[in-house]
Amino acid sequence: MNNLIKGEKHDWEMVIGLEIHAQVKSNSKLFSSSSTKFGSLPNSQVSLVDAAMPGMLPVINKYCVEQAVKTGVGLNAKINNYSVFDRKNYFYADLPQGYQISQYKYPIVGEGKVTIDFKDGTSKDIRIVRLHLEQDAGKSLHDQNPSKTYVDLNRSGVALMEIVSEPDIRTPDEAGMYISKIRSILMYLDTCDGNMQEGSLRADVNISVRKPGDEYGTRCEIKNLNSIKFIKQAINYEAKRQIEILESGGSIEQNTMLFNTSTGKTRPMRNKEEAHDYRYFPDPDLLPLEISKEEIGKIKSSIPGLPDELKNKFIETYKLSNYDASVLTAEKQTSDYFNETINSDSELKNHAKIVVNWITSELFSLLNKNNQDLNKSPVSPENLGQLIKLISTNEISGKIAKDVLEDMFSSGKTARQIVDEKGLQQVTDQGEIAKVIDEVIAENPKMVEQYLAGKDKLLGFFVGQAMKLTKGKANPKMLNDILKQKLNKKN
Amino acid sequence: MYKSSLKQTLKDLDTKKISIRELNQDYLNRIKENENLNVFIHFSEDNVLKQIDNLENDNSAKKLKGIPIAIKDLFCTKSMPTTAASKILENFNPTYESFVTQKLLDEGSIFVGKTNLDEFAMGSATNTSFFGNTINPLSKENEPLAPGGSSGGSAAAVAADLCLGATGTDTGGSIRQPASFCGVVGIKPTYGLCSRWGIAAFASSLDQAGIFSHNVEDASILLQSIAGFDQRDSTSAKVDIPNYFENLDDDLNGKTVGIPKEYSIDGTPMEISQIWEDAIKVLEKKGVKIKNISLPHSKYALPTYYIIAPAEASSNLARYDGVKYGFRSDEIDSLDEMYENTRAQGFGREVKRRILIGTYVLSAGYYDAYYLKAQKVRKLIADDFNKAFKECDFIVTPTAPSAAFPLNEKQNDPIKMYLNDVFTVPASLAGLPGISIPFGKDKNNLPLGIQILGKHFDEQQVFNAAVSLERSYE
Repeated sequence: MNNLIKGEKHDWEMVIGLEIHAQVKSNSKLFSSSSTKFGSLPNSQVSLVDAAMPGMLPVINKYCVEQAVKTGVGLNAKINNYSVFDRKNYFYADLPQGYQISQYKYPIVGEGKVTIDFKDGTSKDIRIVRLHLEQDAGKSLHDQNPSKTYVDLNRSGVALMEIVSEPDIRTPDEAGMYISKIRSILMYLDTCDGNMQEGSLRADVNISVRKPGDEYGTRCEIKNLNSIKFIKQAINYEAKRQIEILESGGSIEQNTMLFNTSTGKTRPMRNKEEAHDYRYFPDPDLLPLEISKEEIGKIKSSIPGLPDELKNKFIETYKLSNYDASVLTAEKQTSDYFNETINSDSELKNHAKIVVNWITSELFSLLNKNNQDLNKSPVSPENLGQLIKLISTNEISGKIAKDVLEDMFSSGKTARQIVDEKGLQQVTDQGEIAKVIDEVIAENPKMVEQYLAGKDKLLGFFVGQAMKLTKGKANPKMLNDILKQKLNKKN
Repeated sequence: MYKSSLKQTLKDLDTKKISIRELNQDYLNRIKENENLNVFIHFSEDNVLKQIDNLENDNSAKKLKGIPIAIKDLFCTKSMPTTAASKILENFNPTYESFVTQKLLDEGSIFVGKTNLDEFAMGSATNTSFFGNTINPLSKENEPLAPGGSSGGSAAAVAADLCLGATGTDTGGSIRQPASFCGVVGIKPTYGLCSRWGIAAFASSLDQAGIFSHNVEDASILLQSIAGFDQRDSTSAKVDIPNYFENLDDDLNGKTVGIPKEYSIDGTPMEISQIWEDAIKVLEKKGVKIKNISLPHSKYALPTYYIIAPAEASSNLARYDGVKYGFRSDEIDSLDEMYENTRAQGFGREVKRRILIGTYVLSAGYYDAYYLKAQKVRKLIADDFNKAFKECDFIVTPTAPSAAFPLNEKQNDPIKMYLNDVFTVPASLAGLPGISIPFGKDKNNLPLGIQILGKHFDEQQVFNAAVSLERSYE
């Protein structure tokens, strides 16, 4: 695999590490009981603690801790029995306390790894450095008034998990696959809703470039990217920018960058000298967080199937390829849908590959076209199962099945209903097919002559004509067989 | 005008010797007569009268029903503004009631007003307040004396009989030292005994609420009222609160008192060494075994404290930024300027000094040398006490290195001012309970205090030793 990119003078390799900020799925905030609901009226979900009123104190939300432990287990990571909340001190209008409560020296989750799967069947491990819990800040609204900035504290204090990777990522695609995989794990565990548009999942990207085999170069950090598309764009732009500088003899400044989503460019936000001194120290309002082995065990045992476990199960049970299985398990709703479909009829187990194809290509393209989510698919797993059963028992052809699926999608009817109403059953009656073939042969004597003279390709023409006459319902294999038989008899 | 102890007043109210209205009217009158002491940042006669009206219509039995109490203006209160003696919180009206004051309200006490303090409790003379100095009621006419600090207003309020008890907070000595200066009793309980919820924070790992009163019995009654677990404070302790008053026992026969040699500091006035010796002699007579102990790391307590407390303060006070509440400078052209001007104009000199010290000791490159080291020393200091308490039941020391000093002394010498805390700070760092009781006078007839320290959550032993010494002194 060649991951190198060509500069003017050299080949370059990207070195990428991600810091993912995932909002913990929890009804209340990390240190207060305010609601975390998205999209409420500004400042309607702000407690005295969230607004940092004098004398107010944080109290840890145990549920958020459990969610972090769960996630740690999902990342194959070490869960720390002892962790500490620190204060990260800096001033900003949407940071009411003047510090963010985070974890610095002692995070709740230590080293772990996740695996990403490539189309060619290979896979790669991306190592996780740590996961820690921290508070989100509020939002500064700069567009409400020409001369003023308003602050919405609804998000202030919402729990985040920061998941830090080692710089193991080498391409924008890998970065995309890595964040998709993390998102998938979080959603399987139900520890984050994975909604990137609403900002529940966002990432800071650390990127440097080097000549293959060299030491790591100086990196820049691109802040706050909230879509996989932007992450890839930003990495591509930033890598090119760095390569241009290096090839023209310059050196990279360790900067924090912002990505402009409309121009597709990065620009420096602050350099190393302007970097904050956050003056981390243990938050004296909170005791160290101690979790017993028993508690961790209890949380572990409550965890549902993780994508990789499920993937292996699919490969083993249904003899699927690694890639097919990883596509199916990328999102919980997809694997759930697959499971329900394949279990809707005992016959389908022998046609797993067909089931995968019908879900991941046919159904997905319809959903995409109609901008709908699999969760709300008008075609239920049972109905799709029924359709596939009709194909596997030769009741309808695959080609007709595509039309039937579209019909099911728009009308909500079952496959059976549509096939019966429209009389779409495959013609499997030998006599009937033979009759149609005779008709086609009789009507096209010239073509028959040419075919017999050696123009084999014309077979397709006869198949097409016969299909037309049967409105596509003739069983293709039988049609082919009988046609060949009859034509060859003419010889 | 009625003037008595809390215990006696409760009896007099019970026997209808005096009514709640008569009682509080007398205290109101005395408050008005003593306005020159500048004890209160907030005082409203109407507010007090309203509370009296409410209580008169309340037939339920309450432990402190009708008792006039003064509240240090660091406790957030719904019925009165809360300033922390700072311009930055001038006119701040909390919508919530602190845990401690709520408990006092639940018991039926009447809040006479909010007392003066050093700005954000940073000081030892109540002279860094935005609202001016408080004057020690024991001052002679031509020589105003400092009441000590930071809870100087509360200590003075009790000393001048403007209330029957007052709340204070103690971070490095802010209850015990002013109690000593004003000749009243002041107890700082074990860290975690009283919830910090609703107290504007100075140094979270040290701040602890406590009580000022006329005598040890009164202190035992009031402390029980404000103590208790609070789930809103993660550092609040889940311990049973005994009935300190009922359990008071001045028989110390067979107990052991620890006398730490490190508390004999060069330059301590003779009179102070003398009262310390007197106290030891009294205890000896009562059958207490005298045990010389060593707290070898005590000499590092003051520098340790002046690293940890400012470090926490620099972060705790970051919330006063002009964005959400309190003072905001008018001179603003940018967000940075809003911070700079608001905080430059809103905080006083001492607060700014400590924020700078705290920011410095936490900053990159200095953290290990200062803050981290201070935390290690703090642990050693606590270990010293733990070891010592294996050999003794309580420890007796002087409270402060001097009697009340003139108001304007030490104004411009922060180090000298910080030395006031030399005897009180070690117990603060160790989180131990400590009480100061008046014990003897200096040559100018000013009161001096003896400090009694106890094991964690052994307030009862502290009270017992204190009441025993107090009764023998009287």
